[in-house]
Amino acid sequence: MSKPDTRSLVVEREMPHPPEKVWRALTQSALIEEWLMQNDFQPVVGHKFNFRAKPMPNWNGVTDCEVLLVEAPARLAYSWNASADEAANGLKTIVTWTLTPTKGGTRVRMEQSGFRPEEEANYQGASYGWQRFMGSLEQVVARLG
Amino acid sequence: MPATADNLFKTLADPTRRAIFERLARDGEQTVWMLTDRAGVSQPAVSKHLGVLKLAGLVRERRDGRETRYSARPRALAPLVDWMSLYAAFWRDRFDRLEDLLKRMDQ
Repeated sequence: MSKPDTRSLVVEREMPHPPEKVWRALTQSALIEEWLMQNDFQPVVGHKFNFRAKPMPNWNGVTDCEVLLVEAPARLAYSWNASADEAANGLKTIVTWTLTPTKGGTRVRMEQSGFRPEEEANYQGASYGWQRFMGSLEQVVARLG
Repeated sequence: MPATADNLFKTLADPTRRAIFERLARDGEQTVWMLTDRAGVSQPAVSKHLGVLKLAGLVRERRDGRETRYSARPRALAPLVDWMSLYAAFWRDRFDRLEDLLKRMDQ
């Protein structure tokens, strides 16, 4: 799914739960909110929805999404884009979930593809986009040990 | 360099240190006394924070007669602004939360 001039991010983990159960956590709106973000997701191809986080300086907190693929309980994909006035030069990516049954549960794989190189260099200039992630940074750092 | 990024993340996770850095980035070069005025902590504490910021490459110092002046080096933020690494941290965090949720869910 990724074009040659873009990069992908993969996070993968085996979880001791059957794929059907993981699938529910990935596709039921109320459950998604518990681990990811507030949303109006529906497991229907073509459904447009948003993830909503607390707005921060330089980030409106809204992610524009559209369901691209639903294959229960194995594959799920949606677009993951910047929204509103931040959309023009913002993030345009695709998040793909793949669930593979294993002996002890499920291998959960998340691939976010479509990161463009220029997005990694937008720190230049006077306004620092880095502030947008400060809110979650402290929690993330706690896990770095 | 992941080790550098970790160090940078840890350095900026402290709210007082972040406030000092933001002030230097916004208002330009300052002395430790000017920074202490607004930081709400003691001068030795500000000096200690400046030392940590300097180690992370976020702050540079310059001798000016008897004074030392500090300024921000925003370029040192580059690893932090790398979308990929930020999103990697984001998703690892969310995977942890997903696992917590799965433990609480019924079969």
